[in-house]
Amino acid sequence: MAAHHVSNLIVGALLVLLLYVSYWVRHQRLWREALLQLWGRRSISLLVLSLYTLVALSDSVAWIGGTTSTGDAVFAHDARSLLDRAFDGTSEKSYSAPLASQEFYGGATLAHPKSHVLGTDIIGRDVLYLTLKGCRVALLIGGFTSLIAIPLALLFGISAGFFGKWVDDIVFFVISTLASIPGILFLIALIMALGKGTLSVCVALGVTSWVGFCRISRGETLKLRELDYVHAARMLGVSNGRIILRHILPNLMHLVIITFVLTFSGLVLTEAVLSWLGIGAEGSWGQMIAQAKDELSRDPAVLWNLAGAGLAQFGLILAVNFVGDAARDVLDPRTLKENQ
Amino acid sequence: MLAYIIRRIGYGLFVVLGVLLLLFALFFLVTAPDDIARKAVGEKAMPHVIEQWKKNHGYDRPLWPGDGHYADNLLVDHFRRMLTFDFGRSDADDTPILTRIRQGAGPSLSLTVPLFLIGITLQIVLALFVAFFRETYIDKMGVFLCVLGMSISALLYIIGGQFLIGKLLRWFPISGFDASPSVIARFLALPVLVGVLNALGGGVRFYRTVFVEEIHRDYVRTARAKGASDARIMGRHILRNAMIPILTNVVMEIPFLFTGALLTEAFFGIPGLGALTVDAIMGNDFSTLRTMVYIGALLFIFGQIVTDISYSVADPRVRLE
Repeated sequence: MAAHHVSNLIVGALLVLLLYVSYWVRHQRLWREALLQLWGRRSISLLVLSLYTLVALSDSVAWIGGTTSTGDAVFAHDARSLLDRAFDGTSEKSYSAPLASQEFYGGATLAHPKSHVLGTDIIGRDVLYLTLKGCRVALLIGGFTSLIAIPLALLFGISAGFFGKWVDDIVFFVISTLASIPGILFLIALIMALGKGTLSVCVALGVTSWVGFCRISRGETLKLRELDYVHAARMLGVSNGRIILRHILPNLMHLVIITFVLTFSGLVLTEAVLSWLGIGAEGSWGQMIAQAKDELSRDPAVLWNLAGAGLAQFGLILAVNFVGDAARDVLDPRTLKENQ
Repeated sequence: MLAYIIRRIGYGLFVVLGVLLLLFALFFLVTAPDDIARKAVGEKAMPHVIEQWKKNHGYDRPLWPGDGHYADNLLVDHFRRMLTFDFGRSDADDTPILTRIRQGAGPSLSLTVPLFLIGITLQIVLALFVAFFRETYIDKMGVFLCVLGMSISALLYIIGGQFLIGKLLRWFPISGFDASPSVIARFLALPVLVGVLNALGGGVRFYRTVFVEEIHRDYVRTARAKGASDARIMGRHILRNAMIPILTNVVMEIPFLFTGALLTEAFFGIPGLGALTVDAIMGNDFSTLRTMVYIGALLFIFGQIVTDISYSVADPRVRLE
């Protein structure tokens, strides 16, 4: 199966999941109210996030065929996404300033004057296009990494907290070993060992970021285990597996969401650092920013590559941070009490 | 107390062994010696060239203990050398790693120590200020600015700082380093400034949360009822009781003082340990990288032990547990 089919399937699966979750939330009073409260507090941030998601999705739906404006036969056989098609044939030969009608160095006439809102990069690709393409990479890094880290953290955290004894000892030892290697060094070591590429970046970020959440879920499980309804369930002869699924896991869900949102921004920021070290994800904003470093020492300096990627990244992370804070206030009963 | 300290150190040693095992898995099993050799001499190198390279760099022995080589294998060798600080030579240019680390420690510390001291003082002072005005517009504005600051990538801080202050305003040199005390300050001013700004948002917000949590406690109400001034409550009661989270955060930072600031050093041309690590990444220098990760972890574990012990000094409540 070609790569673009997989990506299309994932988009489809995500849409189905979204529909299911929205149906489920409608029938759960607690979550519905939390969501409404979140919307009331952070509607702009949530809208911004949906915009980023839409752009990312539009870059994930791809198919082969259709004509390119340049009539280029090679491109016609590649799978191109919705976003690729929207920006089809906008490339120039070299740098162009935002909305310029001539090339930045030399002053040759552009093929598409005054059409590049954010200018073009060194080989003439539209910077707005590259910036929008970065959305998918950023969300992929955040999403895929969480997909690795959160189940791992829940599995180990819950079993350590629930079963205690030697399980707890082992998990605690693994956690303290992993946590004792300074984050960025551990990431570098993992990516160097696994090989460069987007997948190993996600795996490495997943391995380094599950530890913190594992600790949280372990602590929370320790508390939940002693609650009356868990004791009651145990007295009634409910099996351990069922207790975990029905009584422990649902009570950790708010922590899952809070941690997911709050880690997300850290992941995207860390990826930028990795990109600069040459071991980041392909096509990310970090890569654009890292490339832009040399462009600033040109004379006159090329600023728009940095501006595009930097602002896009800043916008996403700011929105995520705001939503994360609000989500914590809404979902965590402890902070809720403090606020009232 | 003594029993606790001994137990804590013993556990720390176990974690060191765990880290070494993990490093062995990463750098000898996941990346096999053949892969390391191929990265060094080229993907399409002849087999005998690869064998020769492995021989020169000591990778030609068996991985595990087995018949006739119970002591002479990579696993035992890895543990023995790391534990005795015999790090060997760099895979890239054959210089002894320990010498490189000794040379790099000075420049790294001259950057990270002022960065750390200025940074943490500023963070705590600003956090106390914001917490003092909690639930007013000053507080809201402060937290908003913190989140803004946290949302900017470290790369942008550095590139932006170099461009604005170094290139446009020309206050300080863009990059470079000189060990002589008269010029060092000029070279370090910009990286320190950029580093302090980079960490400011997250730091202030963290300490503000810590202080606000303390403000709600009973002893603050008691102090206020006894007529203590707000300044005294903030500076004496709250700051002292918040020592545990502050201490934890401080100790977390200590290993990074030695391992250096990767990005900052590389961008500003400071020949420290961070730059050494970056060089190791760029040059596929696995032996240096391995050593740097190990040293970072070692310092971190040491730091954690020191924190745990100093907890019991700073906060008598901990000793009971």
